[in-house]
Amino acid sequence: MNSIDSTPAKNSLLSSEIGSERTLYPYVTGTSVIGIKYKDGILMAADMGGSYGSTLRYKSVERLKSIGKHSLLGASGEISDFQEILRYLDELILYDNMWDDGNSLGPKEVHNYLTRVMYNRRNKFNPLWNSLVLGGVKNGQKYLGTVSMIGVHFEDNHVATGFGNHLARPILRDEWHENLSFEDAVKLLEKCMRVLLYRDRSAINKLQIAKITEEEVTISQPYSLKTFWGFSAFQNPTKGAEGSW
Amino acid sequence: MFRNQYDTDVTTWSPAGRLFQVEYAMEAVKQGSAAIGLRSKTHVVLASVNKANSELSSHQKKIFKVDDHIGVAISGLTADGRVISRYLRSECINHSFTYESPLPVGRLVVQLADKAQFPLEILNVGHKSFGVGVFLIVEADGRFLLDQVCTQRSWKRPYGVGLLVAGLDESGAHLYYNCPSGNYFEYQAFAIGSRSQAAKTYLERKFETFMGSSREDLIRDALFAIKETLQGEKLTSSICTVAVVGVGEPFNIINQKTIQELIESFETKEEEVVEAADQGAAMQEDRSPEGAPMDI
Repeated sequence: MNSIDSTPAKNSLLSSEIGSERTLYPYVTGTSVIGIKYKDGILMAADMGGSYGSTLRYKSVERLKSIGKHSLLGASGEISDFQEILRYLDELILYDNMWDDGNSLGPKEVHNYLTRVMYNRRNKFNPLWNSLVLGGVKNGQKYLGTVSMIGVHFEDNHVATGFGNHLARPILRDEWHENLSFEDAVKLLEKCMRVLLYRDRSAINKLQIAKITEEEVTISQPYSLKTFWGFSAFQNPTKGAEGSW
Repeated sequence: MFRNQYDTDVTTWSPAGRLFQVEYAMEAVKQGSAAIGLRSKTHVVLASVNKANSELSSHQKKIFKVDDHIGVAISGLTADGRVISRYLRSECINHSFTYESPLPVGRLVVQLADKAQFPLEILNVGHKSFGVGVFLIVEADGRFLLDQVCTQRSWKRPYGVGLLVAGLDESGAHLYYNCPSGNYFEYQAFAIGSRSQAAKTYLERKFETFMGSSREDLIRDALFAIKETLQGEKLTSSICTVAVVGVGEPFNIINQKTIQELIESFETKEEEVVEAADQGAAMQEDRSPEGAPMDI
Protein backbone atom coordinates (compact mmCIF):
# COMPACT_ATOMS: atom_id res chain seq x y z
CA MET A 1 0.00 0.00 0.00
CA ASN A 2 2.67 2.48 0.95
CA SER A 3 5.47 3.27 -1.38
CA ILE A 4 8.22 2.75 1.15
CA ASP A 5 11.01 0.57 -0.18
CA SER A 6 12.62 -1.96 2.09
CA THR A 7 16.23 -2.10 1.14
CA PRO A 8 17.63 -5.64 1.40
CA ALA A 9 21.03 -4.40 2.57
CA LYS A 10 19.55 -2.65 5.56
CA ASN A 11 17.45 -5.67 6.37
CA SER A 12 20.37 -8.08 6.57
CA LEU A 13 22.09 -5.89 9.12
CA LEU A 14 19.12 -5.63 11.37
CA SER A 15 17.36 -8.96 10.92
CA SER A 16 18.04 -12.56 11.84
CA GLU A 17 18.87 -15.16 9.25
CA ILE A 18 15.23 -16.28 9.11
CA GLY A 19 14.31 -13.03 7.46
CA SER A 20 13.26 -9.57 8.46
CA GLU A 21 11.27 -9.64 11.69
CA ARG A 22 10.67 -6.01 12.23
CA THR A 23 7.54 -4.02 11.62
CA LEU A 24 8.15 -1.82 8.63
CA TYR A 25 4.75 -0.24 8.07
CA PRO A 26 1.23 -0.65 9.40
CA TYR A 27 -1.51 -2.36 7.38
CA VAL A 28 -4.88 -2.03 9.08
CA THR A 29 -5.04 1.19 11.02
CA GLY A 30 -7.34 3.09 13.33
CA THR A 31 -7.37 6.87 13.41
CA SER A 32 -7.53 9.38 16.30
CA VAL A 33 -8.46 8.68 19.91
CA ILE A 34 -9.35 11.56 22.26
CA GLY A 35 -9.37 11.43 26.06
CA ILE A 36 -10.37 14.05 28.63
CA LYS A 37 -10.66 14.28 32.40
CA TYR A 38 -14.02 15.38 33.74
CA LYS A 39 -15.62 15.73 37.14
CA ASP A 40 -16.15 12.05 37.95
CA GLY A 41 -13.36 10.44 35.91
CA ILE A 42 -12.21 10.03 32.33
CA LEU A 43 -14.05 10.14 29.02
CA MET A 44 -12.62 8.74 25.81
CA ALA A 45 -13.85 8.73 22.24
CA ALA A 46 -12.78 6.88 19.14
CA ASP A 47 -14.47 5.95 15.90
CA MET A 48 -14.87 2.38 14.77
CA GLY A 49 -12.99 2.46 11.48
CA GLY A 50 -10.16 0.17 10.40
CA SER A 51 -8.54 1.50 7.23
CA TYR A 52 -6.54 -0.66 4.88
CA GLY A 53 -4.48 2.09 3.37
CA SER A 54 -6.94 4.48 1.76
CA THR A 55 -9.81 1.97 1.83
CA LEU A 56 -12.18 2.18 4.78
CA ARG A 57 -12.27 -1.59 5.05
CA TYR A 58 -13.54 -2.41 8.53
CA LYS A 59 -16.30 -0.41 10.14
CA SER A 60 -16.88 -2.13 13.46
CA VAL A 61 -13.47 -2.10 15.07
CA GLU A 62 -13.63 -1.50 18.82
CA ARG A 63 -10.68 0.66 19.66
CA LEU A 64 -11.59 1.35 23.30
CA LYS A 65 -11.16 -1.46 25.84
CA SER A 66 -11.32 -1.69 29.61
CA ILE A 67 -8.27 -3.02 31.45
CA GLY A 68 -8.72 -4.51 34.91
CA LYS A 69 -10.96 -2.62 37.29
CA HIS A 70 -9.41 0.78 37.06
CA SER A 71 -8.30 1.56 33.50
CA LEU A 72 -9.43 2.23 29.96
CA LEU A 73 -7.21 1.88 26.90
CA GLY A 74 -7.74 3.47 23.51
CA ALA A 75 -5.46 2.86 20.55
CA SER A 76 -4.82 4.22 17.11
CA GLY A 77 -2.46 2.72 14.55
CA GLU A 78 -2.00 -0.92 13.59
CA ILE A 79 -4.99 -2.92 14.83
CA SER A 80 -3.15 -6.25 15.05
CA ASP A 81 -0.52 -4.64 17.30
CA PHE A 82 -3.33 -3.29 19.46
CA GLN A 83 -4.65 -6.83 19.81
CA GLU A 84 -1.16 -7.97 20.82
CA ILE A 85 -1.03 -5.26 23.46
CA LEU A 86 -4.41 -6.40 24.77
CA ARG A 87 -2.99 -9.90 25.17
CA TYR A 88 0.01 -8.60 27.14
CA LEU A 89 -2.30 -6.59 29.38
CA ASP A 90 -4.64 -9.53 29.81
CA GLU A 91 -1.77 -11.62 31.14
CA LEU A 92 -0.61 -8.76 33.35
CA ILE A 93 -4.04 -8.31 34.90
CA LEU A 94 -4.42 -12.07 35.27
CA TYR A 95 -1.23 -12.39 37.32
CA ASP A 96 -2.23 -9.34 39.31
CA ASN A 97 -5.57 -10.94 40.15
CA MET A 98 -3.91 -14.26 40.99
CA TRP A 99 -2.12 -12.63 43.93
CA ASP A 100 -5.60 -12.17 45.38
CA ASP A 101 -4.29 -9.87 48.05
CA GLY A 102 -6.36 -6.71 47.89
CA ASN A 103 -3.77 -4.84 45.82
CA SER A 104 -4.53 -4.07 42.20
CA LEU A 105 -2.79 -2.38 39.29
CA GLY A 106 -4.08 1.13 38.77
CA PRO A 107 -3.98 3.27 35.61
CA LYS A 108 -0.59 4.73 36.57
CA GLU A 109 0.99 1.30 36.79
CA VAL A 110 -0.58 0.12 33.52
CA HIS A 111 0.57 3.29 31.76
CA ASN A 112 4.13 2.80 32.89
CA TYR A 113 4.10 -0.87 31.98
CA LEU A 114 2.92 0.02 28.48
CA THR A 115 5.62 2.68 28.22
CA ARG A 116 8.27 0.08 29.01
CA VAL A 117 6.83 -2.33 26.44
CA MET A 118 6.63 0.28 23.68
CA TYR A 119 10.05 1.68 24.35
CA ASN A 120 11.73 -1.69 24.50
CA ARG A 121 10.16 -2.76 21.22
CA ARG A 122 11.28 0.49 19.62
CA ASN A 123 14.82 -0.18 20.79
CA LYS A 124 14.77 -3.52 18.98
CA PHE A 125 13.64 -1.78 15.79
CA ASN A 126 10.42 -3.77 15.92
CA PRO A 127 7.83 -1.32 17.22
CA LEU A 128 4.22 -1.90 18.09
CA TRP A 129 2.80 0.59 15.64
CA ASN A 130 0.30 2.27 17.98
CA SER A 131 -0.41 5.47 19.82
CA LEU A 132 -2.16 4.67 23.06
CA VAL A 133 -4.38 6.61 25.41
CA LEU A 134 -4.62 5.22 28.92
CA GLY A 135 -7.09 6.64 31.42
CA GLY A 136 -8.59 5.62 34.74
CA VAL A 137 -9.55 6.39 38.30
CA LYS A 138 -8.20 4.77 41.45
CA ASN A 139 -8.83 5.80 45.03
CA GLY A 140 -10.37 9.02 43.82
CA GLN A 141 -7.34 9.97 41.75
CA LYS A 142 -8.00 10.58 38.06
CA TYR A 143 -5.25 9.61 35.63
CA LEU A 144 -4.91 10.24 31.90
CA GLY A 145 -1.81 9.55 29.87
CA THR A 146 -0.55 8.63 26.44
CA VAL A 147 2.27 6.50 24.97
CA SER A 148 3.47 6.63 21.41
CA MET A 149 5.06 3.90 19.30
CA ILE A 150 8.52 5.15 20.14
CA GLY A 151 7.87 5.26 23.87
CA VAL A 152 7.20 8.97 24.31
CA HIS A 153 4.84 9.19 27.26
CA PHE A 154 3.21 11.89 29.36
CA GLU A 155 0.08 12.70 31.34
CA ASP A 156 -2.28 15.58 30.82
CA ASN A 157 -5.85 16.74 31.37
CA HIS A 158 -6.66 16.06 27.74
CA VAL A 159 -4.77 13.90 25.23
CA ALA A 160 -5.26 12.78 21.66
CA THR A 161 -3.50 10.69 19.05
CA GLY A 162 -2.79 11.30 15.39
CA PHE A 163 -4.98 13.90 13.74
CA GLY A 164 -6.65 14.50 17.06
CA ASN A 165 -3.52 16.30 18.20
CA HIS A 166 -3.88 18.82 15.41
CA LEU A 167 -7.64 19.20 15.22
CA ALA A 168 -9.07 18.29 18.62
CA ARG A 169 -6.51 19.55 21.11
CA PRO A 170 -6.73 23.22 20.09
CA ILE A 171 -10.46 23.02 20.79
CA LEU A 172 -9.76 21.34 24.11
CA ARG A 173 -7.15 23.90 25.06
CA ASP A 174 -9.77 26.61 24.69
CA GLU A 175 -12.82 24.87 26.05
CA TRP A 176 -11.69 22.25 28.57
CA HIS A 177 -11.88 23.19 32.22
CA GLU A 178 -11.68 21.41 35.55
CA ASN A 179 -14.82 19.63 36.77
CA LEU A 180 -16.72 19.36 33.52
CA SER A 181 -20.07 17.70 34.03
CA PHE A 182 -20.68 14.46 32.17
CA GLU A 183 -23.06 16.10 29.67
CA ASP A 184 -20.68 18.98 28.96
CA ALA A 185 -17.75 16.61 28.58
CA VAL A 186 -19.65 14.47 26.06
CA LYS A 187 -20.67 17.58 24.13
CA LEU A 188 -17.06 18.69 24.03
CA LEU A 189 -15.85 15.30 22.80
CA GLU A 190 -18.55 15.18 20.15
CA LYS A 191 -17.54 18.63 18.96
CA CYS A 192 -13.97 17.37 18.52
CA MET A 193 -15.08 14.17 16.84
CA ARG A 194 -17.27 16.09 14.43
CA VAL A 195 -14.34 18.24 13.31
CA LEU A 196 -12.28 15.08 12.86
CA LEU A 197 -15.10 13.55 10.83
CA TYR A 198 -15.15 16.53 8.50
CA ARG A 199 -11.44 16.87 8.10
CA ASP A 200 -9.78 13.45 8.64
CA ARG A 201 -10.23 11.23 5.62
CA SER A 202 -9.72 8.05 7.67
CA ALA A 203 -12.53 8.92 10.07
CA ILE A 204 -15.95 7.33 9.78
CA ASN A 205 -19.25 8.42 11.23
CA LYS A 206 -19.63 5.61 13.72
CA LEU A 207 -18.13 6.18 17.13
CA GLN A 208 -18.06 4.98 20.71
CA ILE A 209 -17.61 7.00 23.86
CA ALA A 210 -16.22 5.30 26.95
CA LYS A 211 -16.53 6.50 30.51
CA ILE A 212 -14.58 5.39 33.54
CA THR A 213 -15.29 6.48 37.09
CA GLU A 214 -14.35 5.13 40.50
CA GLU A 215 -17.37 2.82 40.41
CA GLU A 216 -17.69 1.56 36.86
CA VAL A 217 -16.55 1.42 33.26
CA THR A 218 -19.05 1.86 30.44
CA ILE A 219 -18.40 1.80 26.73
CA SER A 220 -21.33 3.14 24.76
CA GLN A 221 -23.00 1.42 21.87
CA PRO A 222 -21.86 2.71 18.48
CA TYR A 223 -23.70 5.77 17.25
CA SER A 224 -23.24 8.48 14.66
CA LEU A 225 -22.99 12.24 14.75
CA LYS A 226 -25.26 14.64 12.94
CA THR A 227 -23.37 16.34 10.17
CA PHE A 228 -24.07 19.30 7.95
CA TRP A 229 -22.33 19.61 4.68
CA GLY A 230 -24.11 22.74 3.42
CA PHE A 231 -21.53 25.20 4.70
CA SER A 232 -20.71 27.84 2.15
CA ALA A 233 -17.01 27.18 2.75
CA PHE A 234 -17.52 23.65 1.48
CA GLN A 235 -19.19 24.94 -1.72
CA ASN A 236 -16.17 25.90 -3.74
CA PRO A 237 -13.33 24.15 -1.97
CA THR A 238 -10.61 25.14 -4.39
CA LYS A 239 -11.55 28.80 -4.33
CA GLY A 240 -8.36 29.98 -2.69
CA ALA A 241 -6.14 27.42 -4.41
CA GLU A 242 -6.81 27.19 -8.10
CA GLY A 243 -5.67 23.95 -9.64
CA SER A 244 -5.94 21.85 -6.51
CA TRP A 245 -8.64 19.29 -5.96
CA MET B 1 17.85 -31.25 69.22
CA PHE B 2 20.33 -34.06 68.82
CA ARG B 3 22.27 -35.14 65.77
CA ASN B 4 20.78 -37.96 63.75
CA GLN B 5 21.31 -39.66 60.43
CA TYR B 6 18.75 -37.54 58.60
CA ASP B 7 20.15 -34.16 59.34
CA THR B 8 23.12 -33.75 57.02
CA ASP B 9 21.20 -32.90 53.90
CA VAL B 10 18.51 -30.33 53.27
CA THR B 11 17.16 -32.71 50.68
CA THR B 12 16.56 -35.56 53.13
CA TRP B 13 13.35 -36.10 55.04
CA SER B 14 13.39 -37.73 58.44
CA PRO B 15 10.97 -40.60 58.98
CA ALA B 16 8.93 -38.27 61.13
CA GLY B 17 8.46 -35.92 58.21
CA ARG B 18 10.94 -33.25 59.31
CA LEU B 19 13.63 -31.41 57.40
CA PHE B 20 16.28 -31.06 60.06
CA GLN B 21 18.50 -28.67 58.15
CA VAL B 22 15.62 -26.22 57.96
CA GLU B 23 15.03 -26.56 61.69
CA TYR B 24 18.71 -26.03 62.38
CA ALA B 25 18.55 -22.91 60.23
CA MET B 26 15.79 -21.66 62.50
CA GLU B 27 18.09 -22.31 65.46
CA ALA B 28 20.58 -19.93 63.87
CA VAL B 29 17.92 -17.24 64.00
CA LYS B 30 17.39 -17.88 67.70
CA GLN B 31 21.10 -17.43 68.36
CA GLY B 32 21.28 -14.03 66.68
CA SER B 33 20.87 -10.86 68.71
CA ALA B 34 17.37 -9.62 69.26
CA ALA B 35 15.25 -7.71 66.77
CA ILE B 36 11.71 -6.53 67.39
CA GLY B 37 8.98 -4.92 65.37
CA LEU B 38 5.62 -3.37 66.14
CA ARG B 39 3.01 -1.54 64.17
CA SER B 40 0.10 0.82 64.49
CA LYS B 41 -2.42 1.79 61.87
CA THR B 42 -0.07 4.31 60.31
CA HIS B 43 3.47 3.47 61.43
CA VAL B 44 5.79 0.50 61.84
CA VAL B 45 8.81 0.56 64.12
CA LEU B 46 11.78 -1.81 63.99
CA ALA B 47 14.43 -2.02 66.67
CA SER B 48 17.48 -4.21 67.09
CA VAL B 49 20.22 -4.84 69.57
CA ASN B 50 23.64 -4.34 68.05
CA LYS B 51 26.47 -5.46 70.24
CA ALA B 52 29.93 -4.98 68.90
CA ASN B 53 32.46 -7.77 69.43
CA SER B 54 34.82 -5.44 71.17
CA GLU B 55 35.02 -1.79 71.99
CA LEU B 56 37.40 -1.32 69.10
CA SER B 57 35.05 -2.57 66.39
CA SER B 58 31.90 -1.15 64.87
CA HIS B 59 28.47 -2.67 65.22
CA GLN B 60 26.95 -5.04 62.75
CA LYS B 61 24.26 -3.53 60.61
CA LYS B 62 20.99 -5.34 61.24
CA ILE B 63 18.40 -2.94 59.90
CA PHE B 64 18.26 -2.27 56.19
CA LYS B 65 16.25 0.14 54.11
CA VAL B 66 14.77 -1.75 51.18
CA ASP B 67 12.77 1.07 49.63
CA ASP B 68 11.17 4.30 50.78
CA HIS B 69 8.23 2.35 52.07
CA ILE B 70 9.87 -0.89 53.26
CA GLY B 71 12.62 -1.77 55.70
CA VAL B 72 13.85 -5.01 57.30
CA ALA B 73 15.46 -6.02 60.57
CA ILE B 74 17.35 -9.30 60.63
CA SER B 75 18.48 -11.82 63.18
CA GLY B 76 20.84 -14.73 62.58
CA LEU B 77 23.58 -14.98 59.97
CA THR B 78 23.93 -11.34 59.06
CA ALA B 79 25.85 -12.25 55.91
CA ASP B 80 22.77 -14.04 54.61
CA GLY B 81 20.76 -11.03 55.71
CA ARG B 82 22.82 -8.75 53.48
CA VAL B 83 22.35 -11.00 50.46
CA ILE B 84 18.62 -11.13 51.07
CA SER B 85 18.42 -7.36 51.49
CA ARG B 86 20.12 -6.95 48.17
CA TYR B 87 17.52 -9.22 46.58
CA LEU B 88 14.67 -7.32 48.24
CA ARG B 89 16.04 -3.98 47.08
CA SER B 90 16.41 -5.33 43.59
CA GLU B 91 12.80 -6.55 43.50
CA CYS B 92 11.51 -3.22 44.77
CA ILE B 93 13.47 -1.15 42.35
CA ASN B 94 12.51 -3.32 39.37
CA HIS B 95 8.86 -2.96 40.28
CA SER B 96 9.20 0.80 40.68
CA PHE B 97 10.91 1.06 37.33
CA THR B 98 8.26 -0.89 35.44
CA TYR B 99 5.17 0.41 37.22
CA GLU B 100 6.26 3.77 38.73
CA SER B 101 4.64 2.55 41.87
CA PRO B 102 5.88 1.05 45.16
CA LEU B 103 5.83 -2.74 45.42
CA PRO B 104 3.16 -3.83 47.91
CA VAL B 105 4.85 -5.31 51.02
CA GLY B 106 2.65 -8.38 50.99
CA ARG B 107 3.88 -9.33 47.55
CA LEU B 108 7.53 -8.79 48.40
CA VAL B 109 7.17 -11.01 51.43
CA VAL B 110 5.65 -13.82 49.37
CA GLN B 111 8.42 -13.55 46.80
CA LEU B 112 11.00 -13.79 49.57
CA ALA B 113 9.28 -16.77 51.14
CA ASP B 114 9.19 -18.55 47.79
CA LYS B 115 12.90 -17.88 47.36
CA ALA B 116 13.60 -19.90 50.49
CA GLN B 117 12.14 -22.88 48.69
CA PHE B 118 13.24 -22.28 45.12
CA PRO B 119 17.00 -22.43 44.85
CA LEU B 120 16.69 -20.76 41.48
CA GLU B 121 20.37 -20.67 40.67
CA ILE B 122 20.60 -24.43 40.92
CA LEU B 123 18.01 -25.11 38.23
CA ASN B 124 20.14 -24.25 35.22
CA VAL B 125 23.26 -25.99 36.41
CA GLY B 126 21.66 -29.11 37.85
CA HIS B 127 19.22 -29.74 35.05
CA LYS B 128 21.12 -31.83 32.58
CA SER B 129 23.85 -33.66 34.43
CA PHE B 130 22.13 -34.34 37.71
CA GLY B 131 18.82 -35.84 38.54
CA VAL B 132 16.27 -33.19 39.31
CA GLY B 133 13.03 -34.09 40.95
CA VAL B 134 10.05 -31.88 41.58
CA PHE B 135 7.87 -32.49 44.60
CA LEU B 136 4.59 -30.89 45.49
CA ILE B 137 4.35 -30.42 49.24
CA VAL B 138 1.21 -29.48 51.04
CA GLU B 139 1.77 -27.57 54.25
CA ALA B 140 -0.35 -28.11 57.32
CA ASP B 141 -2.25 -24.90 56.67
CA GLY B 142 -3.17 -25.92 53.13
CA ARG B 143 -0.65 -23.76 51.25
CA PHE B 144 1.42 -25.61 48.76
CA LEU B 145 5.00 -25.16 47.73
CA LEU B 146 6.80 -26.42 44.68
CA ASP B 147 10.03 -27.77 46.01
CA GLN B 148 12.67 -28.14 43.35
CA VAL B 149 15.07 -30.71 44.72
CA CYS B 150 18.32 -31.74 43.15
CA THR B 151 18.57 -35.38 44.12
CA GLN B 152 22.27 -35.95 43.61
CA ARG B 153 23.97 -32.77 44.67
CA SER B 154 22.83 -30.15 47.12
CA TRP B 155 25.12 -27.16 47.31
CA LYS B 156 22.43 -24.90 48.61
CA ARG B 157 21.51 -24.45 52.22
CA PRO B 158 18.56 -22.66 53.74
CA TYR B 159 19.10 -19.02 54.68
CA GLY B 160 20.14 -18.76 58.30
CA VAL B 161 18.36 -15.50 58.97
CA GLY B 162 14.92 -14.44 60.12
CA LEU B 163 13.56 -11.16 58.80
CA LEU B 164 11.11 -8.72 60.23
CA VAL B 165 9.74 -6.87 57.20
CA ALA B 166 8.10 -3.53 57.93
CA GLY B 167 6.27 -1.67 55.21
CA LEU B 168 3.47 0.52 54.06
CA ASP B 169 1.12 -0.02 51.19
CA GLU B 170 -2.37 0.90 50.02
CA SER B 171 -4.01 -1.20 52.68
CA GLY B 172 -2.03 0.33 55.56
CA ALA B 173 0.98 -0.46 57.72
CA HIS B 174 2.25 -4.06 57.87
CA LEU B 175 4.76 -6.11 59.81
CA TYR B 176 5.74 -9.57 58.57
CA TYR B 177 8.12 -12.22 59.82
CA ASN B 178 9.89 -14.34 57.21
CA CYS B 179 11.60 -17.46 58.49
CA PRO B 180 14.18 -19.79 56.90
CA SER B 181 11.53 -22.46 56.39
CA GLY B 182 9.84 -20.28 53.82
CA ASN B 183 6.89 -19.49 56.05
CA TYR B 184 5.75 -15.96 56.66
CA PHE B 185 3.22 -14.47 59.02
CA GLU B 186 1.80 -11.03 59.60
CA TYR B 187 2.09 -9.63 63.10
CA GLN B 188 0.92 -6.74 65.23
CA ALA B 189 4.22 -7.02 67.09
CA PHE B 190 6.97 -9.62 67.21
CA ALA B 191 10.46 -10.29 68.51
CA ILE B 192 13.14 -12.66 67.24
CA GLY B 193 16.66 -13.62 68.29
CA SER B 194 18.22 -14.34 71.65
CA ARG B 195 16.20 -13.47 74.76
CA SER B 196 13.36 -12.43 72.48
CA GLN B 197 10.91 -14.21 74.78
CA ALA B 198 11.28 -11.42 77.33
CA ALA B 199 10.42 -8.86 74.68
CA LYS B 200 7.52 -10.97 73.44
CA THR B 201 6.09 -11.14 76.94
CA TYR B 202 6.22 -7.35 77.18
CA LEU B 203 4.65 -6.96 73.74
CA GLU B 204 1.93 -9.51 74.51
CA ARG B 205 0.86 -7.39 77.44
CA LYS B 206 0.56 -4.25 75.42
CA PHE B 207 -0.15 -5.20 71.82
CA GLU B 208 -3.86 -4.41 71.92
CA THR B 209 -3.08 -0.72 72.28
CA PHE B 210 -0.64 -0.57 69.38
CA MET B 211 -3.16 -0.09 66.58
CA GLY B 212 -4.11 3.30 67.93
CA SER B 213 -0.67 4.31 69.19
CA SER B 214 1.09 7.43 68.11
CA ARG B 215 4.50 7.27 66.49
CA GLU B 216 6.22 8.32 69.73
CA ASP B 217 4.39 5.71 71.78
CA LEU B 218 5.37 3.00 69.33
CA ILE B 219 9.02 3.99 69.54
CA ARG B 220 8.79 4.07 73.32
CA ASP B 221 7.30 0.59 73.41
CA ALA B 222 10.01 -0.62 71.02
CA LEU B 223 12.72 0.69 73.32
CA PHE B 224 11.10 -0.89 76.34
CA ALA B 225 10.88 -4.21 74.54
CA ILE B 226 14.57 -3.99 73.66
CA LYS B 227 15.32 -3.19 77.27
CA GLU B 228 13.59 -6.42 78.30
CA THR B 229 15.97 -8.45 76.17
CA LEU B 230 19.00 -6.87 77.80
CA GLN B 231 18.23 -8.51 81.16
CA GLY B 232 19.40 -5.72 83.39
CA GLU B 233 22.13 -4.31 81.18
CA LYS B 234 21.85 -0.58 80.72
CA LEU B 235 19.99 0.55 77.60
CA THR B 236 21.90 3.16 75.65
CA SER B 237 21.62 4.28 72.06
CA SER B 238 25.03 2.81 71.29
CA ILE B 239 23.80 -0.76 71.60
CA CYS B 240 20.46 -0.44 69.84
CA THR B 241 19.16 0.81 66.52
CA VAL B 242 15.62 2.02 65.90
CA ALA B 243 13.98 2.65 62.52
CA VAL B 244 10.51 3.81 61.58
CA VAL B 245 8.33 3.98 58.48
CA GLY B 246 4.91 5.59 58.31
CA VAL B 247 2.32 7.47 56.35
CA GLY B 248 4.12 10.49 55.00
CA GLU B 249 7.43 9.30 56.48
CA PRO B 250 9.81 7.26 54.35
CA PHE B 251 11.75 4.47 56.04
CA ASN B 252 14.60 5.95 58.03
CA ILE B 253 16.90 4.91 60.85
CA ILE B 254 16.52 7.26 63.77
CA ASN B 255 19.54 9.28 64.70
CA GLN B 256 21.53 7.89 67.64
CA LYS B 257 21.41 11.17 69.55
CA THR B 258 17.62 11.34 69.29
CA ILE B 259 17.36 7.80 70.60
CA GLN B 260 19.60 8.59 73.55
CA GLU B 261 17.44 11.60 74.40
CA LEU B 262 14.30 9.48 74.18
CA ILE B 263 15.81 6.81 76.42
CA GLU B 264 16.77 9.41 78.98
CA SER B 265 13.34 11.02 78.92
CA PHE B 266 11.67 7.62 79.45
CA GLU B 267 13.98 6.86 82.33
CA THR B 268 13.24 10.11 84.12
CA LYS B 269 9.54 9.47 83.62
CA GLU B 270 9.98 6.00 85.01
CA GLU B 271 11.82 7.35 88.05
CA GLU B 272 9.05 9.88 88.62
CA VAL B 273 6.44 7.16 88.44
CA VAL B 274 8.42 5.00 90.85
CA GLU B 275 8.90 7.92 93.25
CA ALA B 276 5.23 8.79 93.17
CA ALA B 277 4.36 5.15 93.85
CA ASP B 278 6.79 5.09 96.79
CA GLN B 279 5.36 8.27 98.22
CA GLY B 280 1.85 6.98 97.76
CA ALA B 281 2.75 3.76 99.54
CA ALA B 282 4.36 5.72 102.38
CA MET B 283 1.27 7.88 102.81
CA GLN B 284 -0.87 4.79 102.84
CA GLU B 285 1.10 3.37 105.75
CA ASP B 286 0.70 6.59 107.79
CA ARG B 287 -2.98 6.72 107.31
CA SER B 288 -3.90 3.14 107.92
CA PRO B 289 -3.49 3.00 111.75
CA GLU B 290 -5.98 5.89 111.92
CA GLY B 291 -8.49 4.60 109.45
CA ALA B 292 -8.23 0.92 110.15
CA PRO B 293 -11.46 -0.55 111.40
CA MET B 294 -11.36 -2.17 114.75
CA ASP B 295 -11.01 -5.86 114.69
CA ILE B 296 -13.92 -7.40 116.38
